[in-house]
Amino acid sequence: MESIKDKVAIIGMGCTKFGERWDAGLDDLAIEAAYEAYSDAGIDPQDIQACWYGTVTQPVVGIGCTHLAGPLKLHGIPMTRVENWCTTGHEALRNACFGVACGMYDLVLALGVEKLKDTGFPGLGTGRGMSPVLEARRTAPGSFGMIATRYFHTYGLSPEEGKRIIGKIAVKNHYNGSLCPKAHFHNRVTLEQVMSAPIIAWPLGLFDCCGNSDGAAAAILAPASRAKECRDDPIYIKGLGAAHSALLPQNRPAFDWLHFEEVINSSRQAYAQAGIKNPREQIDIAEVHDCFTSTELLLYELLGFSPEGKSKEDVDSGFFELSGGLPVNSDGGLKCFGHPVGASGLRMTYEVYKQLQGKAQSPERQLKDAKLGISQTFGGPPQVAAVALLGKELGYP
Amino acid sequence: MAGIISYGAYIPLWRLSRDVIAEAWESASTGGERSVANNDEDTVTMASEAAIDCLGGLKREKVDGLYFASTTSPYKEKECSTLVAMAADLRPEIITADFGNSLRAGTEAFRAALDAVVSGSAGQVLVTASDCRMGHPRSNYEQTFGDAAAALLIGNTAKPAVIMEGSHSLSNELYDVWRLDKDIYVQSWEDRFIIEHGYTENMERTISGLLRKKALSVKDIAKAVLYAPTSRAQQGLARRLGFDIKTQLQDLLISNVGITGCAHALLMLVAALEEAKAGDKILVASYGSGCDAFLLSVTEEIAGVRGNRRGVKGYLDSKRPLSSYARYLSYRGLLEPQPGEPFRLFPAATTSWRERNWAIRMHGSKCKNCGTVSFPIERVCYSCRSKDNFEEVRLSDRKAKVFTFTLDNLAGRSDDPTIPQIGVEFDYQNTRAYLSMTDCDPREVRVDMPVEMTFRKLYEGAGMYNYFWKCRPVR
Repeated sequence: MESIKDKVAIIGMGCTKFGERWDAGLDDLAIEAAYEAYSDAGIDPQDIQACWYGTVTQPVVGIGCTHLAGPLKLHGIPMTRVENWCTTGHEALRNACFGVACGMYDLVLALGVEKLKDTGFPGLGTGRGMSPVLEARRTAPGSFGMIATRYFHTYGLSPEEGKRIIGKIAVKNHYNGSLCPKAHFHNRVTLEQVMSAPIIAWPLGLFDCCGNSDGAAAAILAPASRAKECRDDPIYIKGLGAAHSALLPQNRPAFDWLHFEEVINSSRQAYAQAGIKNPREQIDIAEVHDCFTSTELLLYELLGFSPEGKSKEDVDSGFFELSGGLPVNSDGGLKCFGHPVGASGLRMTYEVYKQLQGKAQSPERQLKDAKLGISQTFGGPPQVAAVALLGKELGYP
Repeated sequence: MAGIISYGAYIPLWRLSRDVIAEAWESASTGGERSVANNDEDTVTMASEAAIDCLGGLKREKVDGLYFASTTSPYKEKECSTLVAMAADLRPEIITADFGNSLRAGTEAFRAALDAVVSGSAGQVLVTASDCRMGHPRSNYEQTFGDAAAALLIGNTAKPAVIMEGSHSLSNELYDVWRLDKDIYVQSWEDRFIIEHGYTENMERTISGLLRKKALSVKDIAKAVLYAPTSRAQQGLARRLGFDIKTQLQDLLISNVGITGCAHALLMLVAALEEAKAGDKILVASYGSGCDAFLLSVTEEIAGVRGNRRGVKGYLDSKRPLSSYARYLSYRGLLEPQPGEPFRLFPAATTSWRERNWAIRMHGSKCKNCGTVSFPIERVCYSCRSKDNFEEVRLSDRKAKVFTFTLDNLAGRSDDPTIPQIGVEFDYQNTRAYLSMTDCDPREVRVDMPVEMTFRKLYEGAGMYNYFWKCRPVR
């Protein structure tokens, strides 16, 4: 198996303002992200040779790329729609990278978009499963809440103790989001506010849950060998990982609800490609799937940032804050930047891309000397995870 | 000898104090409490519970038939006995029949089952009777009715627990209580007329006829199980027949359950059998457009049945108060709750049919190669990937506990806004299932809490009622 490391570069990216975009449809969001990416890359739309595009909920599945081809006027080129729960944006990026890496294309658009706020209800909805009866009342917070319950139980945390730990993650991500103009939410919150918020799906309260947002993000990809022709500061793909588990966690015999093989495998695939031995020390910035604060807590451990059962200590020491050893979700994360499902993998990648270039929106958030970053998604019941590892220098690490 | 091999019962967890109803209407309370089926229960789910209670510890493959009796069947056209039989995990090669339209439907099914085993067309027939009738708001019936189910396993065997000694019936065309095909509530004629010329006259004649036929007097009867719409009617009849009310009359279950329609005579019989001694003669009589009366005698075998059943006694003791009359109205569908988030995947007849063994029978798959058990059924083993190399195993009667959970406030309907969603672990090969919890106070859910399976109506969609299993705290 070959490594994807240093074969493909991102030469341009775009990301819309996230939030309740009552003013914008799926088409408007896609146009906003794509044209920012074209401009960032210094290319024209007619230069695009192929497009991989991801969306999950709207308008419906089964209509291919019709609703993207029209707005973007991508005449006569191959377009592929991908959909894989919350990893959809990463899947668009990953498959587009392969299109470039194999030599088939020189300039490719990867775009993720989601219009959640046309459904009439908050959240992603209930019962988006495979069976009319089996998952009839499954919701996203309900699924991930079951991870939190088991995490607290396994490590002997009372609900109060557990909620205080994940509450600190909400406080951190709200602070980071407050510094990010394109984020959905800009309000800072206190731990007391988080703790006393109404329960959405026990043990998760309102501030433990990510924003349900509209938004889109896009990337323009080119062969790494030609990237410098396009711009001085391209960002290189160092590793791509994706993995699926065979069954919903709810149905996996003897599953401990902590060791999600899809998360572990997808990250280890990318680490191996990039040559990362110690992610905690080697990675400078991480955008991880904080759909719920408890998910972020577990991901610290599954991604190898914290030892098993010890992420609490890193939360308490501020290790993952902007000023810490490994800043996580420096743009506010899904929690505050928002979670338009199909866009999120690319939105996270956008933040890593900008941070590595030293061009983060608002200087207070800019991290110093960041060379290597990761974006990571984890979704479904949950059942699927993906990562993209990015670096600013060829050959590093 | 034809008779009863086993019995079972089901009374919903929720009990509504009649004072609460009276308070809501500023009317008089008749005292005590009535049972109320949950918003995910109907006569099919209650009958399934009673059937499974009745089958505890018995070989289900020996059952050759299932009858379902109800005046409040969820379907006008579609057999429900087939559904109850499948939830009870009976084999497919059995006789089934639905009995309806009459308050005697329960005893009619009972008689038909006895006839079937005597004639030899079946070795064992499981009779279920289940009702969930409604009285008009503020009516007496609203207070006196209750919801419950009963089950009796009938067989022709050397040693039944109860021997069928004889029976007598009477047909009587009369408008006393009725419902048109479009009615929700029970209609009735003036009480004084229907008790005197309907209930009392016909019951007296039928029971006297039976005693005469068997050359017995009322003194020979240990317990008289007399169905009645009210205590007063029951006692009036007992007095006219010469029974001693204190010692011979089986409790009407009106103070703690309510009158449960066509299930009621069988429910009272189950309660009588829970107390009966070998040698007791029991008289059972039910009423509705005529009467059915049966003479039964209890044998030593009754002791073997008793230990394994929740029965009336077990389910009576396991209860929670329904907090308000409004909740009763919404559980019965009389107030329309805000539905909660829509059900987006509707079943299809085809998928329901293909998935019946896990969805209705609650079968999992046990890998013949490595022993891993999965629910629902997996053709390819999760652990060793053996293909189509499994046996089906029933999980509905396995002990289980909460492995992990959430209390979801997004998905519920407005009368039950919090849905406990449970990652269940069975005490069998670490098998898991993903189920909602019902009949509980969500605040009491904990990791490791013991739970049991219960067959419930999940929702109505695609023009069908869609049933599946939930878990509940052990009752």
